[in-house]
Amino acid sequence: MWNWSYAAEILPTLLNALLVTIGATLAGFVLASILGILIALGRRSRFAVLRLGLQGIVNFIRSTPLLVQLFFLYYSLPMILPISLSAFTTGVIGLGLHYATYLSEVYRSGIDAVPKGQWEAATALDLSPVRTWFSIILPQAVPPIIPIMGNYLIVILKETPTLSAITLVELLLTAKNTASVSYRVFEPYTITGILFLVISLLLSFGMARLEKRLNRRHTA
Amino acid sequence: MSVPWLDWLPLLGEGTLITIKIALLSIAVALCLSALAGLGSTSPIIIIRIASRTYIELFRACSLLVLLFWVYFALPFVGVELSKLWAGVLAIGLNIGAYGAEIVRSAIFAVPKGQYEASLALNLTPTERTWKIIIPQAVARMIPPMSNLLIELLKSTSLVYFITLSDLTYEAMIIRNNYYSYTPYIFALLLGIYFVLSSSISITMRILERKFTAWR
Repeated sequence: MWNWSYAAEILPTLLNALLVTIGATLAGFVLASILGILIALGRRSRFAVLRLGLQGIVNFIRSTPLLVQLFFLYYSLPMILPISLSAFTTGVIGLGLHYATYLSEVYRSGIDAVPKGQWEAATALDLSPVRTWFSIILPQAVPPIIPIMGNYLIVILKETPTLSAITLVELLLTAKNTASVSYRVFEPYTITGILFLVISLLLSFGMARLEKRLNRRHTA
Repeated sequence: MSVPWLDWLPLLGEGTLITIKIALLSIAVALCLSALAGLGSTSPIIIIRIASRTYIELFRACSLLVLLFWVYFALPFVGVELSKLWAGVLAIGLNIGAYGAEIVRSAIFAVPKGQYEASLALNLTPTERTWKIIIPQAVARMIPPMSNLLIELLKSTSLVYFITLSDLTYEAMIIRNNYYSYTPYIFALLLGIYFVLSSSISITMRILERKFTAWR
């Protein structure tokens, strides 16, 4: 049932494809972090139209499957707009947009947790809104939410196989291609499963350690 | 150029029914597993606790789509052959159940300690304590996070498209083959249908929440 020499033979191919998976994960996470904070800031805006519009968009993106959003971006966008994006770029944009809506809530919780006195002090010192945000609020809002953001990094990693639907040759699609050449299915999919399992367990172990260190710094 | 919405209705209708069927079956599997593993991880018996924790950690760390591929394509090689429907239901149920178990566990731990102490003071049996005091209060706390989780479940049913089960997404892709130039409309409609389905989950859960918190 399990053929070790076959497993060893396909392992380098799969590890190569893992690099694509990791690349998409990191790029998607960075994009989601940037868009997430923009959404969080926009939802505190004075303009009701912007606030309500963003809330509607966030709600819609969170209520529909990433897979369908990817299909929409990859197959419809080139028909509406005169652009054509690679599978990797589309995948990163899809992941980034989808998880930005989740991360915006995380940022919001971090911002809400900054004591009100900090805002009042910034006003009393006559700091500009930009300085208030970048020197006072965000430096206090972001460190406590880093562990939660780390969890979303793991979630994004686990969602990258969906990108194979728009022909991105990442780990799962490579396993599928390997299986269709050799007609041996068990090893490629099992190795793929184990690779995902190992990386996400390692990441969550790392996050737990990071959280402990952050807690120590905050209490000290 | 008018959009032939009506021609798409029969296929999308069938797909919607399949998606709802997968969602309901997976919800049943996921809720059973959440309750078992969630209660199990608070059990005083160490073996049950370890088994529950292992299940939760393992399936939360596993990618759902990879799990689905493994269940559908790899398991037949060890003699377990499941239909597309049951492979989908099993994979989604196992995955979402692990997240649900964490919700159940944290809701049980969130019941104030005084409630345990009061039920001890009133000399209730352990069964009475669990079912009459702890569970009713825990369930009320579970509903809002469960509502989000069930929406995640509904969204993840679209992944059965990969094992060519004719759900909503799959039917939309078939329609797209025949009406290629209408691709943006088809996907917009598809997103709309998923949005309606998700909204009906969150509305149902909000009604349930009101029922379960009536005692407050």
